[in-house]
Amino acid sequence: MAGEFGNPEVVEEEVDILLIGGGMACCGAGYEIMRWAEGTGLKIKLVDKAAMDRSGAVAQGLSAINTYIGTEQDPADYARMVSNDLMGITRDDLAYDLGRHVDESVHLFEEWGLPIWKTDENGERYDGSKGMTPLKDGGKPVRSGKWQIMINGESYKWIVAEAAKKALGTDNIEERVFIVKLVNDKNDKNRIAGAVGFSTRDDKVFVYKFKACLLAAGGCVNLFRPRSVGEGQGRAWYPVWNAGSTYAMAAEAGAELTMMENRFVPTRFKDGYGPVGAWFLLFKAKATNAFGEVYMDRNKEMLNDYPPYGQAAVPASCLRNHLMLKEMKDGRGPIYMDTVTALANLRETLTPREVKHLEAEAWEDFLDMCVGQCGIWVGENIEPEKKNSELMPTEPYLLGSHSGCCGIWVSGPTDVGAPTDEAYGDGIPEHLPKGWNWGYRSMTTIKGLFTAGDGVGASGHKFSSGSHAEGRMCAKSMVKYCLDNPDLKPELDTPVDELVAQIYQPVKTYLEFKDYSTAIDINPHYITPKMLQYRLQKIMDEYVAGVATYYTTNAKMLEVAGEKLDMLKEDALKMRAKDLHELLRAWENYHRILTAEAHMKHIQFREESRYPGFYYRMDHNKVDEENWKCFVNSVYDKETQKWTCFKRAHTDLVDKSKLFK
Amino acid sequence: MPTFVRTDKCDGCKGQDKTACMYICPHDLMKLDKDGSETGHAMKAFNQEPEQCWECYSCVKICPQQAIEARHYADIVPLGGSVQPLRGSDSIMWTIKFRNGTLKRFKFPIRTTPEGSIDPYGGKPAADMSKIEANGFFVQSNGYRAGDPGELIKV
Repeated sequence: MAGEFGNPEVVEEEVDILLIGGGMACCGAGYEIMRWAEGTGLKIKLVDKAAMDRSGAVAQGLSAINTYIGTEQDPADYARMVSNDLMGITRDDLAYDLGRHVDESVHLFEEWGLPIWKTDENGERYDGSKGMTPLKDGGKPVRSGKWQIMINGESYKWIVAEAAKKALGTDNIEERVFIVKLVNDKNDKNRIAGAVGFSTRDDKVFVYKFKACLLAAGGCVNLFRPRSVGEGQGRAWYPVWNAGSTYAMAAEAGAELTMMENRFVPTRFKDGYGPVGAWFLLFKAKATNAFGEVYMDRNKEMLNDYPPYGQAAVPASCLRNHLMLKEMKDGRGPIYMDTVTALANLRETLTPREVKHLEAEAWEDFLDMCVGQCGIWVGENIEPEKKNSELMPTEPYLLGSHSGCCGIWVSGPTDVGAPTDEAYGDGIPEHLPKGWNWGYRSMTTIKGLFTAGDGVGASGHKFSSGSHAEGRMCAKSMVKYCLDNPDLKPELDTPVDELVAQIYQPVKTYLEFKDYSTAIDINPHYITPKMLQYRLQKIMDEYVAGVATYYTTNAKMLEVAGEKLDMLKEDALKMRAKDLHELLRAWENYHRILTAEAHMKHIQFREESRYPGFYYRMDHNKVDEENWKCFVNSVYDKETQKWTCFKRAHTDLVDKSKLFK
Repeated sequence: MPTFVRTDKCDGCKGQDKTACMYICPHDLMKLDKDGSETGHAMKAFNQEPEQCWECYSCVKICPQQAIEARHYADIVPLGGSVQPLRGSDSIMWTIKFRNGTLKRFKFPIRTTPEGSIDPYGGKPAADMSKIEANGFFVQSNGYRAGDPGELIKV
């Protein structure tokens, strides 16, 4: 009977636009799109694998909005900063465009009720509950850095989701449905026609047909073996539920990916992965080796190895890691954040009220966005004014909205001087567009498939606010796309029953073989999603520059990784799912494998070490500006399961020489 | 374990099909043990995959019985501390207990408007379809930064 485990009910639905994900990007899209769709008759739906109130990377809350341009800075300054932190290879068109738009979303957040810290006319700081002048009317935020503003952000996502949910309407939202595959159009393989997924609550498979969709399902976490392998593996720096679904589904649909070799290895408070931004920027704390020496000073000569990036006023995140790793490898660890000195210094310059506020902020910084770090402080009796805390570089993460730039190649704005033509011949497949814009802002190289947030590659540093704004840009483009194509009739290239069978294969495998052995988890006919994930993490950690090798790899190690990943992919078809929760994990891990494979292939292709401190190709251990100051892009063929990597030319649209000494 | 459910406090959300913690957990960790076959405690919720818990506290904050707490990652953290919130409509109170017994309490604002009060399009203009391809959004909130055209070296 349909609707029981192993025999799901199939729900088919046709809409015009599907929003896949419920994080900041899709909340932005949901808010913007319903206004543009008014009177058009377009049918829109949002599908989230969790609950929008607490889904995505902002689920727990945040203590700062990391991208707010303000009136004093130019979008070009922002584009320069993004480029600098990502070692020169970013799309200025995308960053600049985001810089123009992002503050609009921040102003809405404040209107909706997000408390934003302010300074009064005397420069004194107040938290966001005091009803001071809003930002949009000239209120002065508390800057913790050039781009960051402080907030009381425990309910950040709750507030943003409320606006999106009300705009969309409950009937147009499906929660606890995990979309796992996109489906191309039967008549045009470079067009998107549908998406399929399943409910994690009921035995139902959902098959959507649409003209356009926004794929914004976050970055990728836990594809590398984490430093904590017991209970603590849940304490990933980025949200543990980000499973690479964005990259994997886009790749299988044939979308061109970009900079998948890029990764982020954040330096964070050890084990809890609590944020360091406020400590560096607001509290002016220094990071030191075990002997109290500031490694950024001690090792500053090492920056000269990477011209011109090492000469920037603020060296890129990866280079700061590079200088820190030197201390760890040379035996001068642990690394510490000197919180004691920082707070003592602040006491000398601030009023007693401000000091009290700041000390509370030291806790709020964690309580708003990383309670787990407070758990470590209380367990280890750490009070930051009395005892310093250890820092540690984490396992690698893949993302496009934070200090990383892997993702999907998208069409950019047309008014900022981006190239519209480029010389082919470097192996760029001919079906792909020339230049950086091809019609609809934020559309991928697959017609009708849009992305935002962590999905957009070669930009980065959008963070929460930028992801929301980027989702809003997609909303307009998707409405325009649908209105331009009123007669488009999407047709799935795969029969529905075949799609349903693929999705529920892990359940079928389980039901077929579960009685073969007496121990449910040990059975030669299947592999549990958990063990598959451990295998992936071990391969990535040991061969693809994880923590086990101090982030180093070489061509031979990558070749070995490739062989092992091939077999892992084959075995992924033998994953079991004993319940719907495990089916969720099975598909998350399938997405992780494809994302990991893209990462490995790109590192293999790029024969240099562009991001020292994040990873090192020891056989090409330098930044090679002559040969590799370019994008590395790729496409995946789901039929042959082969990746094709190629170069695309990079060019600057804003002057970068201002960055360097 | 990260979050755990207190047997003495959880009421299974009064026999509803799904509990508040199941509703909210971003990683699908919380589960209602309807017949007690999984935990020995019928009609109470539990964390079914503790090693996947981000300690995001979404379940802790939403539980109407305050039945959920965290025992921080046992492979990392010494026992004895606790970090417990009480989330209201405009602020959140935290009670922080150290392993050595030190206590701290903090209260932070979380929202300046009543929950549920957002009127998404109230007082805002309709979208101007003639501008769908232009920069900016349907509503201007004084946040569009046009930029100095002189900065664009290829325009």
